Amino acid sequence: MSGRIVPPSAASSAPAGVSPSLRALFLGFASVGLSGFGGVLPFARRMLVEERRWLAPEDFNTLLGLCQFLPGPNVINLAVAVGARYRGVAGALVAVLGLLGGPFLIVRALGPLYTRFADLAVVQGVLRGVAAAGCGLLAATAWRMGRAVRGKWMFLPFAVLAFVLVALLRWPLPAVMLGLVLLAATAAYLDGKRHGARA
Amino acid sequence: MALVLDLFLQFALLFCVAFGGASALLPEMHRVVVAQKHWLDDATFTHLYAIAQGAPGPNGLVVTLIGWQVAGLPGALAATLGMCLPMSIVIYLLMRHWHRFAKHPLTQAVQLGVAPLAVGLVAAGAFMIGQAAGLAAGGLALVGLVALLQLQTRLHPLWLIGLGAAAGGLGWV
Repeated sequence: MSGRIVPPSAASSAPAGVSPSLRALFLGFASVGLSGFGGVLPFARRMLVEERRWLAPEDFNTLLGLCQFLPGPNVINLAVAVGARYRGVAGALVAVLGLLGGPFLIVRALGPLYTRFADLAVVQGVLRGVAAAGCGLLAATAWRMGRAVRGKWMFLPFAVLAFVLVALLRWPLPAVMLGLVLLAATAAYLDGKRHGARA
Repeated sequence: MALVLDLFLQFALLFCVAFGGASALLPEMHRVVVAQKHWLDDATFTHLYAIAQGAPGPNGLVVTLIGWQVAGLPGALAATLGMCLPMSIVIYLLMRHWHRFAKHPLTQAVQLGVAPLAVGLVAAGAFMIGQAAGLAAGGLALVGLVALLQLQTRLHPLWLIGLGAAAGGLGWV
């Protein structure tokens, strides 16, 4: 494996002297992947900022901002960013492998049980119950995210529109997102300008 | 081989528009994987989602499981790679310059505009899972109870998933 391809640039202000090896990156992200149920972001922050100090708190916020700005799975994006920052392409690969590998092996080990017992009424019931709980958790997450949206009167209609188009009308997501991102971002941009002019 | 390649391409395309993460993508994954490609049926899709919920790991794990169910280990790798690769490349190219873009009015406008869309998509994810699971009255009551507990108490989500498993095992859902 070649060394680092992306040198920590002058712009990055990683804590001095930090240079985790590929092995450390793998193990660090494996610990994150195995510790979280239904979302591992809080564990990722604890590992990166508090325990191993690979990122300063403000670095974490900036990188997470980028990962949340871009589409895709946020925590996996974050693993890519941290891995690439310290060990280039190889670092990004081992970080993602660590994050997903452990959970996948656990599920894989339980897989034969699923194939064998999936038809049992009890197992069907348990899985349906877990799906219902997941549905409730997602609904709660959506509610919380909705409360955190700034400028509710202007922006929540976009949330409703996205829900109707995707959940009820089952339109393809790429087209929906392309259209709605353009509309919502334009609205936000014009609104920002208006406020900027007033200030 | 064509199937594995198709898995990679479908998930690569899906995750290019996955604002709000993997949970927000559930309806679209369901549309492509169940309705359009017929790779899985409703029940299997719901089961895989439930298994990913009950297992540790990031939300994206469900993608690995879908790939695995459709085409074994090569499928799992292809779907996972499809999920990670497009944005990994963008991140790789952007991350050293991000601090310059972050404060730009256009970046902030997109960030503000995307937030409500993610809300709608996560809500659509909840709706879709409830629908695909074919929940009866008991199941809907459980959904409401779990959402309420999650919003009003500081209980760890794992307890609520356990509650769901227990209620389901007893045949109430």
